[in-house]
Amino acid sequence: MSEISMNTASAAEGTMAQPQLREVPAVRMEAVYKHYGDFTALNEVDLKVAKGEKIVVCGPSGSGKSTLIRCINHIEKHDEGLIYVNGIELDHQRKNIDAVRRDTGMVFQSFNLFPHMTVLENCVLAPMTVSSMSRAEAKDLAMHFLTKVRIPDQAEKFPGQLSGGQQQRVAIARALCMRPKIMLFDEPTSALDPEMVKEVLETMKKLAEEGMTMLCVTHEMGFAREVADRIVFMNEGKAVEQAAPEEFFKNPKSERARTFLDQIIH
Amino acid sequence: MSHFSPTAAVNYFFNYFLMKGVLVTIGLTVAAVVGGLILGMGIALMRMSSNPVLSGFSRLYVWFFRGTPLLIQLVVIYSGLPQLGIKFSVITCALVGLILNEAAYLAEIVRSGFMAVSAGQREAAWALSLSPWVTFHRVTLPQAFRLMIPPLGNSINSLLKATSLASVISVEELMRRSDMLMQEHFQILEVYAAATAYYLILTSVWDAVQRRLEKHFGRSSAAKSRRVAARAPVAQANVEARA
Ligand SMILES: Nc1ncnc2c1ncn2[C@@H]1O[C@H](COP(=O)(O)OP(=O)(O)OP(=O)(O)O)[C@@H](O)[C@H]1O
Ligand SMILES: [Mg+2]
Repeated sequence: MSEISMNTASAAEGTMAQPQLREVPAVRMEAVYKHYGDFTALNEVDLKVAKGEKIVVCGPSGSGKSTLIRCINHIEKHDEGLIYVNGIELDHQRKNIDAVRRDTGMVFQSFNLFPHMTVLENCVLAPMTVSSMSRAEAKDLAMHFLTKVRIPDQAEKFPGQLSGGQQQRVAIARALCMRPKIMLFDEPTSALDPEMVKEVLETMKKLAEEGMTMLCVTHEMGFAREVADRIVFMNEGKAVEQAAPEEFFKNPKSERARTFLDQIIH
Repeated sequence: MSHFSPTAAVNYFFNYFLMKGVLVTIGLTVAAVVGGLILGMGIALMRMSSNPVLSGFSRLYVWFFRGTPLLIQLVVIYSGLPQLGIKFSVITCALVGLILNEAAYLAEIVRSGFMAVSAGQREAAWALSLSPWVTFHRVTLPQAFRLMIPPLGNSINSLLKATSLASVISVEELMRRSDMLMQEHFQILEVYAAATAYYLILTSVWDAVQRRLEKHFGRSSAAKSRRVAARAPVAQANVEARA
């Protein structure tokens, strides 16, 4: 816990003036590897995310984007290297995994709402069972966040009765009910009809404006341009480029990133 | 004796001796379902465990009990085991046989129910830092159970009828008592008409219960699966690839 960051690589970090608290990054990955059999899904990934920073992860299909963010809350177990989340080392120990998961919220491409529970039940389950809140407290909290994602009137419905965009906003509210410090998004709009993409992106922008630390895998380049502090481009398991959006879009360094951007934008 | 007497059949239907046999049939079925579900759940958990000894044992168990007739299992337990000095009462023999046999079928049903709950559900539970117990009994179990109801219902229907095999080892359930009445009065069709009516009533009542259960537990699911299947082919493919 008492590690003091000695990396000088990240220029975005604060000055040397207050190294103790300021410099514990939200996420720090060092030489992380993940293998599936012979296949290397993450290949020596280094990544540092400062508190409040917004990162967009992009790259071709199969490049390891999902694997990367799923390792951050230990839904996928990394094989080598170090991952720290808010200074907690993800060392496969139960208590550390739990601590990290309490600090992170995750939103999935396929929503993964619990279909047998109402929207409200989806939202209060974790606060009541993990944070031991009373039902009344948890309900207030849930309604607060459902209002924030602009669907308080759907609280008593089942997920199957909502549109995709509404379901994804519920998923965001459900994650927020655990008051996470970091939000992870894995292609949150890819399963949505085009007209619903906007409402979800708007919700994410609002979250970004409030200072949430965010890692988003997305191909919504408009969102990336507007919201991201940094873009991480993945290819074949490596984080090949990390740059501010303007820089990344204007002159991507690698050939692979150039062809990728060509495909995505046209 | 070349005619069928409806009055006699009705009399057998209301025969007190036969009715007690019906109660035994119901008792055997309920006990075998409860016992079979508990044991079957254990067998299914073993099968899903990563420990090769446990999953191997579970596989062997299911293979054996589904691969041999219940009739042989009952006879072996009742008349074969005493040869090794293991002796139970008649009713215990019937229960042991029915439970062991039913557990093998229910284990497969339980297992496929859990396998059909998408990996994304478990991942969402982890991401919310739900405990393993809450994940199991609030997230996966209710969804798996809903998927289990139709095959579970069919299995219980079969079991209801399969309890008649216990008559062979002289358990006085509905079938056995029908046999006894038949041998006493030789009104074969009349006795079995009454027994048949009881079996039909029992299976029909169970059918109705099953339909109620399906309706109760299925209320929120149909719309969801249709919508997600239509909207998110990519998402589903992803989930399947990981499973
Ligand atoms: N459970 C698994 N078993 C084996 N291989 C896997 C598994 N999960 C992912 N992979 C492989 O690892 C690689 C990276 O997968 P990942 O899901 O991280 O890619 P991605 O960049 O998110 O792709 P996409 O844009 O298609 O979502 C892929 O080639 C994938 O086939
Ligand atoms: Mg992915």
